[in-house]
Amino acid sequence: MEGNYLEAGLVGEQEIETREMTLNMGPQHPSTHGVLRIILKLSGEKVLNADCVIGYLHRGVEKIAESRNYHSFIPYTDRLDYMAGMSNNLAYVMAVEKLLDIEAPERAQYIRVICAELSRITGHIVAIGASALDLGAMTVLLYGFRDREMILDLFEMICGARMTVNYMRIGGVSNDATDMFLSKCLDFVNYFPKAVDEYEQLLTNNRIWLKRTRDVGRISASDAVALGLGGPNLRASGINRDLRRDEPYLIYDKLDFRVPLRENGDVFDRYIIRIWEMRESIKIIKQCLEQIPEGPVMARESKHCFPDREKVKKDMESMIHHFKLVMHGIVPPVGEVYRAIESPKGELGFYIVSDGTGKPFRLKIRSPSFVNLESLNTMCTGGFIADVVAVIGSIDPVMGETDK
Amino acid sequence: MSSVNILEKISENFGDAIVESGSFRGDDTIVIKLEKFRELCRFIKFNADLNFDYLLDVCGVDYIDRKPRFDVVYHLSSIAKKHRLRVKVRVDEGIKVPSVTSFWKTADWTERETYDMFGIEFDGHPDLKRIYMDDNWKGFPLRKDYPEKGYKDDLNPFGEEV
Repeated sequence: MEGNYLEAGLVGEQEIETREMTLNMGPQHPSTHGVLRIILKLSGEKVLNADCVIGYLHRGVEKIAESRNYHSFIPYTDRLDYMAGMSNNLAYVMAVEKLLDIEAPERAQYIRVICAELSRITGHIVAIGASALDLGAMTVLLYGFRDREMILDLFEMICGARMTVNYMRIGGVSNDATDMFLSKCLDFVNYFPKAVDEYEQLLTNNRIWLKRTRDVGRISASDAVALGLGGPNLRASGINRDLRRDEPYLIYDKLDFRVPLRENGDVFDRYIIRIWEMRESIKIIKQCLEQIPEGPVMARESKHCFPDREKVKKDMESMIHHFKLVMHGIVPPVGEVYRAIESPKGELGFYIVSDGTGKPFRLKIRSPSFVNLESLNTMCTGGFIADVVAVIGSIDPVMGETDK
Repeated sequence: MSSVNILEKISENFGDAIVESGSFRGDDTIVIKLEKFRELCRFIKFNADLNFDYLLDVCGVDYIDRKPRFDVVYHLSSIAKKHRLRVKVRVDEGIKVPSVTSFWKTADWTERETYDMFGIEFDGHPDLKRIYMDDNWKGFPLRKDYPEKGYKDDLNPFGEEV
């Protein structure tokens, strides 16, 4: 063990007897953002190893999926990353749509992009606010939650729920966006850039914030790729990968937006990438609101997609289809697909194996938080114990998604 | 590089080691013999045209009535080339799969997850232990013969009788 002390710079001129210490952090700890437990090996204040213990929130969602039909699994997805329920819904329904080879109508695609970007903003607000709170800056969280409230109100307006939205449907969305929603959304888009300025005023040039975040928890580009880091964390290390641009889904290819990139891969870069991404999201939503066409919000695929609510009450055919869909679900062809989207935390993918029955034979969730958290050890090792909370905040893990 | 080329390129080099290959809904899939698996990993990672440097996920699938019983599925992507590939190996219970942690470090946790859920062991993994379930847990939850409610014990009165 002597080598470690030397590396940590603890064996100096006079020989003092030092001992490696193991410290348990979590699972009940305010700064681990959920039930994450970390076993820290310390030499003085230096971290020698940070071993994550996860699984405290494991609910067996993948097992549950195997006994539900395709539609009834949608509500389980927004309980994964509960900070950005819309993105989870979207990733799942898009995987099923790929399996069925159907596409949502254009208006639904626009609404989906609006909702996905709004949920990206909520996710990033919580990420920034909570990590600032961990480092002692409380105001950002309060300002952030003030603005997040507006987004949650928008979600409530469009689907009736604030966080567990259950809004996306296979082949479209459950409710059309009303003019009221669109105009409120525009109000928010016009308001929000000023709010981001406020966050930046509080943090970006704040000396204490800079001291706590610059060059802390660094991860190199090659390590980030090897460890499968994703989303803002990967882009903070200088890897230019964003599925919205690289493999455009929905209508992202019609939109003009920039993918922010930084090179240091430290806590500060991961923070600033999120700030910039929120600004880009606003740009995206604004374009969507300008371009959104009229039309249906559900694909006309009566074997796979729910019929119009009004029609179910009046039209025999629609009622039969509705009944069949609720009772038996959809029956996709035999095959397997993997579909991923750029969620606020990175690549969120669903791998579905279908055996030609109404239930998935196997459903695997490639959750970004799980993979991102794997890098925690690399980021923390060699740093100070006080920086561990800064690093956790900057990775932005959501345990609901990590533990599935 | 178009999708057809990936499969062609691999079949050029691994002709008879490929059990199955094909494309469904644009996803390319290769099923490779277990003996050639590590070689394939090295090839697809370091070949300049393929360059699969980003491992997304490792997972198992339990085909309980089939022999060999399990599929181990690897989802790969290339950051530079922006293409994807799914590689599968088929193993029976008790057969070890060579670990790919030496090629992609991220496989550490995902292989542990596969072990935890299916009991598939990985040869050469640095620290193969359960990741979600308790260390003393009996059985592997995502296997098809594991009941959805779990087994009945002191903590789970609603589980199925053993």
